[in-house]
Amino acid sequence: MELDPLMLSRMQFAFVVCFHAIFPVFTIGLASTIAGFEALHFKTGNPVWLTLSKFWIQVFAVVFGIGVVSGIVMSFQFGTNWSNFSYATANFLGPVLSYEVLTAFFLEASFLGVLLFGRDKVPQGVHLFAAIMVATGTFISSFWILAANSLMQTPDGLELINGMYVVRSWTDALFTASFGYRFMHMGLASFLTAALVVAGVSAWFILQKRELEANRKALSVALWFLLILAPAQTLVGDYHGLNTLKYQPTKVAAMEGNWETSKGVPLLLFAIPDQENQTNHFEIAIPKLASLILTHDWDGELPGLKEVAVEEQPPVFAVFWAFRIMVGLGLLMIVFGVWGLVLRLGGRYYQTPLFLNGLRLMSISPFIAVLAGWVVTEMGRAPWLIYGQMTHAQGLTPSLTGGMALFTLIGYIVVYSLVFSAGIYYLLKVFRGGLEKANAPHEMDEIERPMRPFSAAHAAIDEEV
Amino acid sequence: MEQAFDLTIIWAGLIGFGLMMYVLMDGFDLGQGILFPFAPNEKARDTMMNSVAPIWDGNETWLVLGGAGLLAAFPLVYSVFLPALYIGVFLLLAGLIFRGIAFEFRFKANKSKHLWSWSFAVGSTVASFAQGAVVGAYIQGFETEGFVYSGGALDWLTPFTVITGLGLVAGYALLGSTWLILKTEGELQEWAYKITPRLLGALLAVFLIVSIYTPFIDPSVKTRWFDNISIIWILPALVAYCAFVVIRSVQKKQEGMPFVATMGIFLFSYLGLIASKWPYIVPPKFTIWDAASAYNSQLFLLLGFLFVIPIILGYTSWTYWVFRGKVKEGGYH
Repeated sequence: MELDPLMLSRMQFAFVVCFHAIFPVFTIGLASTIAGFEALHFKTGNPVWLTLSKFWIQVFAVVFGIGVVSGIVMSFQFGTNWSNFSYATANFLGPVLSYEVLTAFFLEASFLGVLLFGRDKVPQGVHLFAAIMVATGTFISSFWILAANSLMQTPDGLELINGMYVVRSWTDALFTASFGYRFMHMGLASFLTAALVVAGVSAWFILQKRELEANRKALSVALWFLLILAPAQTLVGDYHGLNTLKYQPTKVAAMEGNWETSKGVPLLLFAIPDQENQTNHFEIAIPKLASLILTHDWDGELPGLKEVAVEEQPPVFAVFWAFRIMVGLGLLMIVFGVWGLVLRLGGRYYQTPLFLNGLRLMSISPFIAVLAGWVVTEMGRAPWLIYGQMTHAQGLTPSLTGGMALFTLIGYIVVYSLVFSAGIYYLLKVFRGGLEKANAPHEMDEIERPMRPFSAAHAAIDEEV
Repeated sequence: MEQAFDLTIIWAGLIGFGLMMYVLMDGFDLGQGILFPFAPNEKARDTMMNSVAPIWDGNETWLVLGGAGLLAAFPLVYSVFLPALYIGVFLLLAGLIFRGIAFEFRFKANKSKHLWSWSFAVGSTVASFAQGAVVGAYIQGFETEGFVYSGGALDWLTPFTVITGLGLVAGYALLGSTWLILKTEGELQEWAYKITPRLLGALLAVFLIVSIYTPFIDPSVKTRWFDNISIIWILPALVAYCAFVVIRSVQKKQEGMPFVATMGIFLFSYLGLIASKWPYIVPPKFTIWDAASAYNSQLFLLLGFLFVIPIILGYTSWTYWVFRGKVKEGGYH
């Protein structure tokens, strides 16, 4: 079989970006959570918030560390595998990605150190300020990344001159038509991720009867956030969908599995899209609902996939099902939010084992939902790298061979499996150590050693000899 | 847009400065990894790692900043170098990841400590070799069609780039050993004194090969150095002088001078390389102006750089100040 550098490069990018994405989506929400705990402690003086903050700061430190390392690979992949794309878009992408790097380094150089290591060295107010700045900084970081992605989805403000885009308007290029929706959607996703992880981990601690008071408080806060954010996310997602319908109708057609442009389009609950025959099998549908959701009219017309040539259609099966996974998990989050409220009214939200065990499982759901969402938006854009302007094939590095791409694909899988499984293994150790370990006085010999994010965590990675 | 300044020159200066900072600063901590397997004992290895642990990641900041800055200011460099060095870039990144993670985990490990030691040593050595090969590949030049790299996957890997790769491994090890002279005492320092002259010898041998070879593969380099004996000859003279100072200061058992003089060797050979190739940034065809991005993009990012670089420099100096003096067993006190 001929090795296809295009397919392998796409697989490599998907692998690396999926691996990377789960870390920042968590740290962005968690940074705000920690700032919230710190603020509550500052305001109420209740030591319970301090206990919680100390634990979650350790988790944050480890996740942030892994995210930074995997992000470095991302910044080189644009050049190695997508050099034509990088070159063409460098006038925009170069400064935007550099600003993201500058933001991250500025944070690390200034406020992160104070947040992680400065608690006993600066006044409490300064420490709180650092926590708020780190939270703000993570959002600024995501601003740059999402601006870059939005430009690829709904390009604007650029002009193509001699094979290179020149920025005509920085405001148009940074704030493209889809940017606001994407930023809101990802921001809420980050908060939901933090809420569900905090809820799941707290539920697990409560089931083990550990640090009950603090973990109940954390669970309570997380459930309030879940109750409000999960429906809000559905609303924002809906608006995002309408925006996509306007600018990238083919993507929406793939999400809905809708082949023919027609009126009164049904919402498919289940189907096996068959791209070869341009049809679906085994449809289970609710009549007219897709039209109602997307046009707010029972008989609204929706564009079908056949509007474009087969080569210009995205891979329908993956987009269709990824969309259903994302929405399904979103609905499940709403269910848990409401369930939590019902139990709370009876005063039983922290003593219902079924609910608590459910939350434990739900703590991985936001990660799956986020990845599914990115599959929808990225694969849904295919075959376009910059929508309507440059295809994946045109953006690929011309000198890249299948053998080279396969070599690095396997290489990254091996490196990531080895190194990051160690990272995740360590993260689980920090979880097992719990609030008790995070708040215990640790051995002083470590204190002046490397002031790295990981150093904020004190667990050993393996057993004592 | 009205172009009040030639931003391309400013950016060339910024990137050049960032690269030099990176080589000098990450050089000595990569050097610890290269010397790791040869260290006298396990206690020495702990001390070596401790001596750079608080600062190494700040040092690597410059690499990431330089990489991102290249895409923004000189996109042609980014889109030719990375495809041309495809496999090398992977090795570099994998090496840096392995050694970076070793910093995090070696201190937290008990039974698995030796695994992290190897991860540190191999990662550092591979990353250093890959960087040296990049320098060699730059000297060789790149095959391009239009603005696109058109050579093969392993064109960068030639006997010459293997030599430059090994040369940088030796050079970083030298920075590492002179750093140890500065930062440690007793047995470990003695060992560092002992190996420094040998590492210097290896580095100078590579310099000699590169200096003889480069004018042959690039006629413009030959013209520049040999047609008129110009002021640039002061650079190799300064390299030789610095090498002499390293040897003399090691004999006198001075502690700071070997490191300073080694940095001098790097600085002046770096300037010598620039003097040879200027203004070509993607040899043999493209100058810094050919490779530059649009004026407004360079300007847009310059504002951010001018704001953040002083902060990073300040933070870096502060960290070095906090961790000044000798590193003792178990870290800085």
